[in-house]
Amino acid sequence: MSFASVTFFVFLGILIILYYALPHKIQWVLLLVASYVFYLFAGWKYLPFLVFTTISTYLGTNYISRNAEASKAYLEREKDHLSKEDKKAYRAQAKKRSRIAMILVLVVNIAILFFCKALLVDPFLSLAKGNTSLSFLTLGLPMGMSFYMFQSLGYLIDVYRDKAKALKNPFKLALFVSFFPQLVQGPISQFTELEESLFSEHAFDRKQIAFGLQRMLWGFFKKMVVADRIAVAVQALQGEEYRGFAFFILMIFFAIQLYADFSGGIDIAIGIAQVLGVKLPENFNRPYFSRNIADFWRRWHITLFQWMKRYIFYPISVSKPMLNLSLKGRKKFGRFGMRIPVYIGTFLTWMGTGIWHGFHWHFILWGFLNCIFIVVSEELTPAYEKFHSRVSFSNKKGYDIFQIIRTFLLMNLIQITDLFPRLSEYFGKVASLTYVFNFHILWDGTMTKLGLTGTDYIILLCGVVLMFAVSMIQRKGSVREQMLKIPCVIRYGILFIMIFAVILLGSYGIGYDASAFIYNQF
Amino acid sequence: MRKKAALRIIISVILFAVIFFALQRLLMPKYMTESKEGAMIQEYYQNAGDNDVVFITDCEVYENFSPVKLWNEYGIPSIIRGSAQQMIWQSYYLLEETFRYESPSVVVFNVMTMTYDSAESVGDQSKMEAYNRMTLDGMRWSKSKVSSIKASMTKEEKEKSGIWSYIFPILRYHDRWNDLKEEDFRCFFKQDQVTDNGYLMQVKVNPVKDDYPRIPLVSYQFGDICYEYLDKIRLLCEEHNCQLVLVKAPSLSPIWYDEYEIQILDYANEHDLLYINCLEHLDEIGIDWNQDTYDQGLHLNVYGAEKLTVYFGQILRDECLLQDRRSDSSLSEKWTEKTRLYDQRKERMEKERDQEADIQP
Repeated sequence: MSFASVTFFVFLGILIILYYALPHKIQWVLLLVASYVFYLFAGWKYLPFLVFTTISTYLGTNYISRNAEASKAYLEREKDHLSKEDKKAYRAQAKKRSRIAMILVLVVNIAILFFCKALLVDPFLSLAKGNTSLSFLTLGLPMGMSFYMFQSLGYLIDVYRDKAKALKNPFKLALFVSFFPQLVQGPISQFTELEESLFSEHAFDRKQIAFGLQRMLWGFFKKMVVADRIAVAVQALQGEEYRGFAFFILMIFFAIQLYADFSGGIDIAIGIAQVLGVKLPENFNRPYFSRNIADFWRRWHITLFQWMKRYIFYPISVSKPMLNLSLKGRKKFGRFGMRIPVYIGTFLTWMGTGIWHGFHWHFILWGFLNCIFIVVSEELTPAYEKFHSRVSFSNKKGYDIFQIIRTFLLMNLIQITDLFPRLSEYFGKVASLTYVFNFHILWDGTMTKLGLTGTDYIILLCGVVLMFAVSMIQRKGSVREQMLKIPCVIRYGILFIMIFAVILLGSYGIGYDASAFIYNQF
Repeated sequence: MRKKAALRIIISVILFAVIFFALQRLLMPKYMTESKEGAMIQEYYQNAGDNDVVFITDCEVYENFSPVKLWNEYGIPSIIRGSAQQMIWQSYYLLEETFRYESPSVVVFNVMTMTYDSAESVGDQSKMEAYNRMTLDGMRWSKSKVSSIKASMTKEEKEKSGIWSYIFPILRYHDRWNDLKEEDFRCFFKQDQVTDNGYLMQVKVNPVKDDYPRIPLVSYQFGDICYEYLDKIRLLCEEHNCQLVLVKAPSLSPIWYDEYEIQILDYANEHDLLYINCLEHLDEIGIDWNQDTYDQGLHLNVYGAEKLTVYFGQILRDECLLQDRRSDSSLSEKWTEKTRLYDQRKERMEKERDQEADIQP
């Protein structure tokens, strides 16, 4: 069931009515049922994957919890009979058992994720696909698999680290794993962040519901009016003949599409959750206003990169072998040597993120480029600071704008790798920027051969200007809160215009190739 | 405070609904000047009731039979429930609906429809979707319409919007704001009549030039689904005490193969149905392919249609024993008005045709 379908609106409408009409005690049960109904719309054959992840996480977390409690009780009981060494050894044994359980659940689930990504979706590792008659190979990636798996595994690790409590009720865990608004493309929630609002009772709050619906509306506008409209031109511009300045335009268009699509989807997800009284974490914070690549990744797909940092980067870079390496490196190479574990952690995190996107060289290149840009940027920071302390223009607004544009273009150069599975093609196109100066495509009619009419360009321009304006307003706080301050008639007028803009200008239905959310495929 | 908020919400909902449905009405195509076939289905409701004969299926009926002529020659009131590329399941559901509005004595079914057993058999899927809309949008909401939609939707329609875009056509026509014409505003509340009791008049003359080639087909077998719906149509007619007449209109293309003829003859014999293949009676009908077609033999123009109607009316009178009802004064009054409009339309169209001919070098 797509978010952008009437069926979904009917589903959501019924859910909202039941959610607030039935006893609030069973709200979480209703959410669980709704989440599974939503998931079943994607196909029952995907359900076993979701159920398996839920059950394995439940068994894993409960084993770890029971093991910890049992060892604690044993140590308490035997505290007078055991020596310090015995206690230490016993703790280590108990921790080892928990670690084995955690690793087992992690490995099995990650193996399933990799198997699905490699064999069910990705042609790179699915060479056997053509030679096999196994029907499950044509399944496609189960909907939202990466997202619910990240969430479950994060929770498992948190329980192991004693940062979260194991849920005794398997159905509550099932809801945490399958909560439908975030199932499609995130955001990825941490259990401790979501627990309270997901399982507590919610009274009917008109303001929250209105805000949730407004957030959804904004998401639909970005997705259906901007992203799906520009998608046609992005598709066309990938042709072999479009090089040089045409490739530059593709970069800009793709940046708009990706942002409008992904952040639009997240707006819808957060809006739906808000209507139901559940607070999901933000996933975007005006990323195209970032001043460097590291800053960008603190503002784009925030929850994924927090996850990567929390569960991959830190465990690697502060592990014992890495700390030893850091010490040795410091002795031999000074500051640079000391930071070797950070580089390794950064490298592995970005490679992991790249591979998570898919088993393609272009995704690996994507991870590698991000890693290089971030490491180089970090390493040059002292030099920058020294330079800026001497040159006065560094404090001027113009320099800020320069940084924003520079980061935007650099990120475009990285993000565009998504579209070119053949690296030679990507490098060829990038190189063409330096010697093909075909600016005439702006006025020789090329732009109208990309599947967009003049009206489409006007709509896109208005959409982009609106997104920019909203981003500017967001600097002063919540746009919806600020809207409350304007007269009711104008506010309703704006909302009506937005609703009818989505209905009339949206790229959907017959004759349109409205795409699924881009991040749905990951 | 709460009262004020509730009032605000109610006003907003009403306002939203008014704008929504007004926009929907505006954006839905009116089919007044182009693809007039799209306006025919909804016209039926203005002319429903008290018709002895109902013609169903596609252009082979709505361009080949003239109800006004049938009335004036034989006093038989009739109506055509035709639409472009009407699939047999659509014919069935239209007929099912028709029986709720009137009780005809005869249903005339054109058998060419038996050759289309799926949306794919029609060819271009986008065209098929457009044909679906032309047949289904005009129907009033009923169980028959829902069933017809479900049976008709193309794969793309099912995937993208399902039945919702029929319930809320704005979801289908939302981007027509860029193509709005004068007729969309003019016919916002009331549409013009484009047919005469379902007959779509054509006055141009475009003679047949060459024989249409009889290209051998991979299969001549009618699809199971066509037989299934033909059975349903037959049973529906029996249930309503109505005679089903099978007819093959005198259209030269698409080719009516002998293999088709055999299958229909078998079916008609098996179920004791009257079957008239007009292609075998061209001389009796008096069709002159130099004068009586507007598109080289694919369909008849009004002159050909009137000849065919005169021929077919006699069969209806002799074989189906339909009575002359011209003595019914209220009916007669109604048909006199229809005849006036028919003659007016014919005259106007002939004039336009002649003017067009004068302009062309």
